[in-house]
Amino acid sequence: MSENDESQAQREAIEVDRTKGDFKYAEDYAFDAGIGLNPQVIDYISKVKGEDPWILEFRQKALKIFNDLPMPTHWATQDLDSIKFDSIRYYLAKGQKPVRTWEEVPEDVKETFERLGIPESERKFLAGVEAQFDSEAVYSRMKDELEKQGVIFCGPTEGLRDHPDIFRKWFGKVIPAGDNKFAALNSAVFSGGSFIYVPKGVKVAQPLQAYFRINAENFGQFERTLIIADEGSEVTYMEGCTAPKFETATLHSAVVELVALKGAKIQYITVQNWSANVFNLVTKRGVAEEDAEVRWIDCNIGSRLTMKYPGVVLRGKRARGEVLSIALANDGQHQDTGAKMIHAADETSSNIIAKSISVGAGRSTYRGLVHMPKTLKNCKNNTECDALLINEHSRTDTYPAISVRGQKNSVQHEASVSKVSAEQIFYMMQRGLSEGEAMSLAVNGFVNDLVKEFPMEYSVELKRLIELQMEGSVG
Amino acid sequence: MADSLIIKNLNASIGDRQILKNFSLTIPKGEVHAIMGPNGTGKSTLAKVLAGHPDYTVQSGEATLDGQPILGQEPDSIARAGLFLAFQYPSEIPGVTIANFIRAALIARQEKGAPFDAKAYYAELYAKMDALKMDRKFTSRFVNEGFSGGEKKRCEILQMMMLKPKYAVLDETDSGLDIDALRIVSEGVNHMRGPSIGCLVITHYQRLLEYIVPDRVHIMYDGHIVHSGGKELAVELEAKGYDWVKKELASA
Ligand SMILES: Nc1ncnc2c1ncn2[C@@H]1O[C@H](COP(=O)(O)OP(=O)(O)O)[C@@H](O)[C@H]1O
Ligand SMILES: [Mg+2]
Repeated sequence: MSENDESQAQREAIEVDRTKGDFKYAEDYAFDAGIGLNPQVIDYISKVKGEDPWILEFRQKALKIFNDLPMPTHWATQDLDSIKFDSIRYYLAKGQKPVRTWEEVPEDVKETFERLGIPESERKFLAGVEAQFDSEAVYSRMKDELEKQGVIFCGPTEGLRDHPDIFRKWFGKVIPAGDNKFAALNSAVFSGGSFIYVPKGVKVAQPLQAYFRINAENFGQFERTLIIADEGSEVTYMEGCTAPKFETATLHSAVVELVALKGAKIQYITVQNWSANVFNLVTKRGVAEEDAEVRWIDCNIGSRLTMKYPGVVLRGKRARGEVLSIALANDGQHQDTGAKMIHAADETSSNIIAKSISVGAGRSTYRGLVHMPKTLKNCKNNTECDALLINEHSRTDTYPAISVRGQKNSVQHEASVSKVSAEQIFYMMQRGLSEGEAMSLAVNGFVNDLVKEFPMEYSVELKRLIELQMEGSVG
Repeated sequence: MADSLIIKNLNASIGDRQILKNFSLTIPKGEVHAIMGPNGTGKSTLAKVLAGHPDYTVQSGEATLDGQPILGQEPDSIARAGLFLAFQYPSEIPGVTIANFIRAALIARQEKGAPFDAKAYYAELYAKMDALKMDRKFTSRFVNEGFSGGEKKRCEILQMMMLKPKYAVLDETDSGLDIDALRIVSEGVNHMRGPSIGCLVITHYQRLLEYIVPDRVHIMYDGHIVHSGGKELAVELEAKGYDWVKKELASA
């Protein structure tokens, strides 16, 4: 076989194209809840997982809430109506228990994650890794020394079963099932995700990472994450997500709850690279107690529609909340993102910096909410929204909602819209850059000051993803 | 003549305005030619048409770079083939540092995935900046953002020196420069002068040509060259003024 034939054959065997996440393996699942959503599906999921009755009850209640709540199309896009809940598969798993070494991971799943660079980055800079394939984690491992210090890093099933005293208190409390329709859906069918507890005073130096991979078509991934940082502790968590390109829509609807107790710090980083048919409807919220800090770094690249507004409830004095977000909407994509800062104690401060890029017919929307009731004093918020448009058809909208009532509270709000002009692109191309390279340079320039705030490994990955997107966007 | 930039009977327009009218010019490698002409005569248009700017329509004519046709090619292919344009009005690129910009331009000229020698790159960049009397801090400033007119032009010459084109078109590089800057920028160009590069210096004034002494001077009017001569032609033009061109040469 010539080298050419060989690579051709390889391509056919695993259906790959040049976008890194776009390949898939055959579907053969030991556990399958079937198609559609009803109480029996939920019974099945709960039974397979061997859950306590209270969890099944929590799920069934959430299903009712989901069915009762209307689609939020009165303020959000009508495109939500194209999600066919009856044709989605809600639970698919090859096994129930994540393994602790890569060797034990099933071959095709292992290859998937190796192609995405997961074990490699674990060796390089991570304190722990969990890899989820469709509904369940297939691999989970944390450095021994962290385990000795009492750090818990597991999935919701193990978390609620083995450490109910720690997790049950907060589970569904930061984001109740009734928070919104998709939080209700997640509460009904959640599977996979990370439950993390960092004991008092423990500072986890390297990030913990979870990687979420959708492999099956017509599938919904509903991971559930709960991170509790006990007093004075610190942790950074990174999540990455990909899916192959499917013909039909796929749903990803996660719930992420963060609890930073007195003086604790949580940094939550998302590297999202969904393919263009994924509906990504995620609810993320953190609670920051006295002197605690919750920081969301949220980068949304890809997907058909992303709706995500990470929030922080600043519940204790001097708590700090931050959302740094980048959204890139390519042709046919809509990034509806933003941030919520709920000030609920004196001297709390929050910072929101949101940058969006719209390419071609891409559309990005910013929705912000900053709430400071008049009973509070000395609270501060800074909000900055910058939009970059690449060519005339792209679109951006900003809906900041700021309710500040106290006397000694201060808010600052700045917004800007800029364009990459044809002259700029010509100038860069005259220096030898292709159109795609010129555009990604302009985009990287636009996000540059924000990316400087991110951990190094992450900014490199982000830069690469932007390049891929921009190359793909020129005809 | 394979070793030349050859433009033959070029006709080009923007919108429904005909700008270049049967324009012809040959610049052999190793020579510096100057084009002088009144405002609005089509000098910048010529530069942009050669560089492949998408706003212009070429009706007829040809342009070859060492025998390779460039008209109708994408701007980046023309650039990588060896044509450099020092812009009259360089664009700003917010957030992109000069160092990263030039590096990206050099990497675009390498084979995909080939390693880039960052150490050698910075050594060369700093040496060229020293020659242009540019502060080292410049490398971390964003391309042309907040630059004075003179800084922009210096930055164009720096890019030219780093990218080492086969042919360079300098469009009114002297405008916005004081005498000191003019001298420095000219030294940069003169430093590059040699058998491996051909230059086309577009200018409105003779002043620049005291520093960059041209091999040939062409006077352009109404979209084509109406008169060519040696370096003394620039002096004559300066003395007689552009009215002379309009009256005497336009009818010729
Ligand atoms: N975008 C444009 N649309 C219409 N006319 C233009 C445009 N750009 C330049 N022109 C016209 O083309 C002519 C030549 O311009 P230019 O090449 O810039 O002249 P020069 O560089 O010699 O001063 C001028 O009359 C100018 O007004
Ligand atoms: Mg001009």
